[in-house]
Amino acid sequence: MSEEMVTVNMTVNGEPVTKTIPVRTHLVDFIRTELGFTGSHLGCEHGVCGACSVRVDGDVVRGCLMLAAQAEGADVMTIEGITDTGEIADLQDKFVERNALQCGFCTPGMLMTAAELLSHKSEMSRNDIREFMSGNYCRCTGYHAIVDAIESINNERLKG
Amino acid sequence: MGFIHPYDRPNSYIGRTLPRSRAKRAVAGRGRYTDDITPPRTLHAAFVRSPYAHARILKIDVEAAKAAPGVKLVMTGAELAEMCTGPWIGTLTVFENMKAEPQYPMAVDRACWHGEPVVMIIAETRAQAEDAGELVMVDYEELPVVINKDTALNAGSPVIHANLGDNKAWENTLGSGDVDKAFAEADHVLEETFYFGRHTAVSLEPRIVLCEYDQGTERLTIHTSSQCPHMIETVFARTLGVPEHNVRIVAPDVGGSFGLKIHTFGDEVAATAAAIKLGRPVKFVADRLESFVSDIHARENRVKAKIGIMNDGTMIAAEIDDLSGAGAYSQYPRTSVFEANQILNITFGPYKHPNYRAKATVVYLNAVPTSQYRAVGHPIGISVGEHMMDWAADVTGLDPFEIRRKNVMEDDSYPRNIGSGIPIKDLSHQACLEKLHGLMEYDKLLAEQAELRENGIYRGIGVAGFIKGTAPSPVGYYGAGGARIAAQDATTVKLEPSGGIIVALGVTDQGQGVDTVMEQIAAAAIGCHMDQVRAISGDTDAIPYGGGTYASRATAIGGEATYQAALDLRREILHMAGILLQTDPENLDIVDGNVVDDGSTDARIPLSEIGRIGHFQLGELPNDYQPVLSHTRRYRLQDSPYIYTNGIHGAYVEVDVDTGWIKHLKHWVVEDCGRIINEQLADEQIRGGCVQGLGGALYEHCIYNDYGQLQNGTMADYVTPMMSEMPDIHVGHVQTPTSESELGAKGAGESGTGAAPGVMMNAVNNAIKPLTEGRVTEQPITPELVLKALRKI
Repeated sequence: MSEEMVTVNMTVNGEPVTKTIPVRTHLVDFIRTELGFTGSHLGCEHGVCGACSVRVDGDVVRGCLMLAAQAEGADVMTIEGITDTGEIADLQDKFVERNALQCGFCTPGMLMTAAELLSHKSEMSRNDIREFMSGNYCRCTGYHAIVDAIESINNERLKG
Repeated sequence: MGFIHPYDRPNSYIGRTLPRSRAKRAVAGRGRYTDDITPPRTLHAAFVRSPYAHARILKIDVEAAKAAPGVKLVMTGAELAEMCTGPWIGTLTVFENMKAEPQYPMAVDRACWHGEPVVMIIAETRAQAEDAGELVMVDYEELPVVINKDTALNAGSPVIHANLGDNKAWENTLGSGDVDKAFAEADHVLEETFYFGRHTAVSLEPRIVLCEYDQGTERLTIHTSSQCPHMIETVFARTLGVPEHNVRIVAPDVGGSFGLKIHTFGDEVAATAAAIKLGRPVKFVADRLESFVSDIHARENRVKAKIGIMNDGTMIAAEIDDLSGAGAYSQYPRTSVFEANQILNITFGPYKHPNYRAKATVVYLNAVPTSQYRAVGHPIGISVGEHMMDWAADVTGLDPFEIRRKNVMEDDSYPRNIGSGIPIKDLSHQACLEKLHGLMEYDKLLAEQAELRENGIYRGIGVAGFIKGTAPSPVGYYGAGGARIAAQDATTVKLEPSGGIIVALGVTDQGQGVDTVMEQIAAAAIGCHMDQVRAISGDTDAIPYGGGTYASRATAIGGEATYQAALDLRREILHMAGILLQTDPENLDIVDGNVVDDGSTDARIPLSEIGRIGHFQLGELPNDYQPVLSHTRRYRLQDSPYIYTNGIHGAYVEVDVDTGWIKHLKHWVVEDCGRIINEQLADEQIRGGCVQGLGGALYEHCIYNDYGQLQNGTMADYVTPMMSEMPDIHVGHVQTPTSESELGAKGAGESGTGAAPGVMMNAVNNAIKPLTEGRVTEQPITPELVLKALRKI
């Protein structure tokens, strides 16, 4: 059985890419192995843990539940991309200051989702944060510090 | 001169909260985990695993798989066994009369658990390797399955390993005093049986190895997500017959470990053998589904407990009988019986009862091998002991705090032994208890609880004290036990020509902040800025031989080695400066990276100048002095088997008495990990540990059916705590430095996991107490168990 191939075109972290890949390649595998952006991680490969979260056309999705071919023509951003644009520099600094990560494996996905939450620019309780972030699993921190970091940046941003 | 007292001199970093450099790169997505490294021409491994819990392998047909696209090698267990120096036998001399079946990295003629590797495929891509795995035909003959620990020793039970005679791995009894006499004299004797569901670590980064063999130099390099690089080096070298000094283990960033990654696994050895055979890099990543059936499991226990109580609440006797369900083999090289051993050691450990008897029996089952997972044995022993203590409080009409005040060992009563015979010292049960009482605002909580009960809202307040064994010594289990696992650890501290300080560690960092903590210790001891110091860990080519990070030992053991090595370097720097400045070194100090006159901060000679002269301009030094500028110190515990820590948890939960649903509202911890080096990092170890313990208490359970099939091996079915389910966790400290070391640090990494299940069970039972005589005695505490305790189902 020869491998069925497909040529995909998309924009990843602001740069256009064209690659011919096996049809079955998942988006996160494509990003990691074909493009070398290794910041998105594979924790479960069945859509539960959230470590592979990436942004596709503005929405945070599970990179393990989407085929690269489905992202044809899409604008894809990963943790490396949104680090370079500086859009979550304040949150990243706060994560470091508050030690809202330990092993760091879940962190890129956690930050992608947190960036989406913070983009709502609304008042939120700690419970609201916990509820919204529940699709991203962390085994190290116990979550408290992550809630602290997100809460504190949301408050800072709302104050302007 | 002391360097370990916080803030009393310049560069006093000990006790300060400082950020981790590894965190800065991780938030940018630039962490470097093993799967982020792929050398040219890397091949990928996948495994065909046994679908049966117990089956004889009659025939394996690999021809179609060999012909599949991209396939480079297909290896059966029998073929791999020929590349091994011999099987693993998971016994240690310290466990008298322990029995274990020899085990090869993959099943040879018999598969003994659902998930045991049977055939390895190596291909150009992982997908191709998995495709080819589908083409492997294995003929199995099903064998009788032993999966219920309660009946595994019954006459007539099938025996998994005929050579062992029965399914018993080990049995042990210990204790002190006259237990039977005390029970006869007790005003109340309480007895209960507890069940704990088997669970597993679920590190978000799965197990992984990237193996490279250089056929020219005969060097084997393995990048792997490990806590213990030197142990991996030793085991893999000896298993595959590669000289140990030719092996290099690199543990780059490690994506969660929790004890899972102190172990060695057959599939990883297989991938290494393939790299040696093919002369090409081979990578194996356990995917999540195979992680559930191949990572070690833990904590499948039934514990019968009995205590004798006097009317005034004094406990005079305690007895436990533990039955542990291990897996199909005893996990090499640490064994599968250590958890049971720890349960015997620590149960009722905070209390001064004079009479104690504890028995453990460990049986083999056709299930994934069990071994050490964060807080080994402690969640079980603490849950049991603290439940019994609360029950005794109810029976004698005392408040949970009051009965603990009455029974805990006094803070001024050390050194002494606990009931299991373990010597302990430097503990602070009384101080922690009172601090928790204040932190929780206990009386206010009681009032709120009473008021809400009037409105049909049932909240529970739980308390659970603990002791936790950390930083084991080389006497007993390690060393004398026969395992080639270092319980000493070493640090090399070097002055570079630039004046920078390199700190090379035998202990490792999986995100706890070990590197940063060691940099703090070294900078404080030497007298320089943090940014002059850089830690190196996790590469056996660059670090002194050590045990790595396990059993909450990194700061307690590695920290003291670092402290002493840094002091040695400091002494040499001052000696050299004394020569150069023609001053008595006694009158010199080092502040902010400059040698100064004692009491001054005016630089007389910077470390960069010492480094330059020491490495390049040796003519400026007398002939009888050859600078070393690199100092290694080793440290081991000497007089104690462990450095014990202690503390106490509080929990406030709400139970929906119609659905059995538990909402965890608030969690408090007061603990004593001795000298704290970085308070934030210590706090976060405790918080993270708590949530891991709460996962086991509330959700996590590897469920097997009667055929030994794991029923819930996905992250959708095996449930770990999510952010919305967990509460804020408030942490307080009492600091009683250990007298075992100058630094005074004890371990902090596991106690949260150890005590959280016990406090949760106590809080739930406290919530439902007004409604029922029933108590929850099983974990995970599902809504069903709560409703059963409420007699509603």
